[in-house]
Order: sequence, then structure tokens, then C-alpha cells
Amino acid sequence: MLSEQPVPEFSNPAFAAAPPLAEATVAIVTSAALHQASDDRFSAGDTSYRMIDRSARDLVLGHWSPNFDRSGFTADVNVVFPIDRLEELAADGVIGGVAPRHVSFAGNQPDDVATLRMDSGPAAAAELRADGVDVVLLTPV
Amino acid sequence: MSTLAHVFEAAGIATVTLASIRSVADRMKVPRALYCEFPLGRPLGKPGDVAFQRDVIMRGFALLDAAAGPVLVDHPEVITDEVEAMSCVVPAAFDSNELAAVAEARGLRNAWDRSVERRGSTGVGRSITADGMGDALVALQRIVDGTPWKEAGIPGKVTTSLVHDIRTYYEEAALELADGPAPAGRAAEAWFYEQTEAGKLVMASRAAIKDQGGPHPAWFYMAPAHR
Repeated sequence: MLSEQPVPEFSNPAFAAAPPLAEATVAIVTSAALHQASDDRFSAGDTSYRMIDRSARDLVLGHWSPNFDRSGFTADVNVVFPIDRLEELAADGVIGGVAPRHVSFAGNQPDDVATLRMDSGPAAAAELRADGVDVVLLTPV
Repeated sequence: MSTLAHVFEAAGIATVTLASIRSVADRMKVPRALYCEFPLGRPLGKPGDVAFQRDVIMRGFALLDAAAGPVLVDHPEVITDEVEAMSCVVPAAFDSNELAAVAEARGLRNAWDRSVERRGSTGVGRSITADGMGDALVALQRIVDGTPWKEAGIPGKVTTSLVHDIRTYYEEAALELADGPAPAGRAAEAWFYEQTEAGKLVMASRAAIKDQGGPHPAWFYMAPAHR
């Protein structure tokens, strides 16, 4: 069962403060292995990430597992990557802004998630920080 | 995903996680999690439903008001998978000299082309392109007919990548052909594996590779685990 799978343990996790939502720049981080058609594909067990431009909609779902529904994404990318919803919330003044770039990882990772924790995860976070991101919405697949 | 939440928080970015497995979010002490009991692969719940997606996001953003974590809140609505296949009629084969799945795949080509035109992308292309569907299906039939799976001429040699391409081609085409809102979670999967000639051929070749003593990863991941 997925619900009984072993998980990494985190002691004393950080809890970052967010600015008021109306002033926050928001990015999406997904584990759906999304990439643009022109990007390198994700390999099985890929620990790297792809940056997705705010304007990109030609997205491919590169996740390797056959065990989840893809038809929802085929019908509407926002059900995995709610970029149009963020644009609407920014236009309405609910959030401060939409990040210029968003992040995609592959959800099926090696069990120890060591590279994600120590290398590619922090690197992606640094890229978002450089873009002025305050809040991340994580969407899993 | 939960690991990434901790990594981003450590870098000073506040995170809101749309959690799909409640016990994992709980045990991993995800800083701010909105548990959404929606079909896997649909973290925002409902394709094409702007108001619902916005509601999910706003319930998530509301967790940013918490002074300390971890915070784990349940979304009030549960969305379940569909066990019935989506409605998409596939015409019967006409020429009995041709493998039925090959004719079927060809018949779906115009719809698939429209899907690519509309969406600007496709998930097909790990092992084959749309032009290679016929040859791929013939290779799977060879396995069913007794050819050892490694000698059947499987394009790209990786069975699971090939099946990904075939299934994705079918599902992308089916969504163009079906009327109305997007099908429920797994309804397209049920349609492919239970109602199409290609899906039945995938299942038959999967069984044949298993019977031939093929390695577990080579056949098991040709279909979702529950099949």
C-alpha cells in the first residue's frame, strides 16, 4: 500500500514565514516530471529538475509510473500544473505575482531521496529565490 | 514531494503541499498540507473546472496564516476513480487480413493529430512516434504468437516505454473523440485496457512475456499494478 510505504524522517523541519498573500510571488513545484517538448526527457529515477517558463503550455507529462490517471492532464494541464489559475489570482490581486519560472521534478525517486535533499532540491530552491519567489505550491503526481 | 517541501522551507520559501496520501504527509511532517482525496494524477481534482481548482488553491493558501506547523487539513470533497470505461466507440475492423489493432490505431490517427494541434504537445515519443504504432502492435502480436519477446522486434526494446506510447496515443485521441467534460479518473485507462484491440493486445503480450519467463519489470509495468 502506498499509505504504508517507508518515508524519510525529518527532525526539526524549517517553517518559513510568508509575506501577505497579496504581496507574495508564487511558483508551482510539481513532481509530475513535466517538461516542455524541447527539453530533455526525464529518465526513470531521474533526480534532476526542469525549469518551466511561466508562458509555456506545450507540456509533456514524463512521469514513468503507469499507475495514475493521465487523461485529466491531457484534458487540462491545470489539473496538475495550475498556471492559469495563478495568473487569474494575480490579475485579481489575490496574490502578488506569478513567478517567471516554475519547477518540475520526477515523483518516482530513489528511496533515500539523498540527491534531492542535498543537491537538486536546494539548487531548484536557489533558482526560485533568485526570481523573488516567496511561496511555493507543491502539486504531486 | 514531501521531501521537496522541507528542502524549500529550509531555503526560506513557504510551501503549501496538495497532499495525495494523507498518512505520508502526516508522518513526514509536511509544513503545510491540504490533503486532497482526489484521483492520483489529478492533484487539483477536476480538469476544466476553474472554480473548483481555484477553491483548492485558496484552501491551500489559507494554511499560510498558521504561525507554526506542521499543519494538515483535509479538503472537504472526495473524488473517486471511475471503474467504468469512458464512452468512446471504436469501429470494428474491416479487413480481416490485417491485425485489428493496427486498423484501429490508424483509425484514431486523425483524432490524435487534432489533439496535438490543440494542445501543442504529446506524451507519445519515448520509444516510437505515431507513425510507428502499426509496427509496434505487430511486434506485440508476434510475442503473443510465440516469438520470444526479445526477438519480436520491439521498437526501442523497452516494453514499458512502448506501451506508454501506445496507451498515450489512444488516450489523447479518445479525449478528442469523446463528447462532454473530461472523463473521470481511470476511465480512459479502463477504456484502453478493456475495450480497445490495442489494449487487449498489450495485456495478452504482457501475459506472454510473463509466461516466457521474462523479467518482472519487462511485463509488470506494461499495465497499472491493479490489472
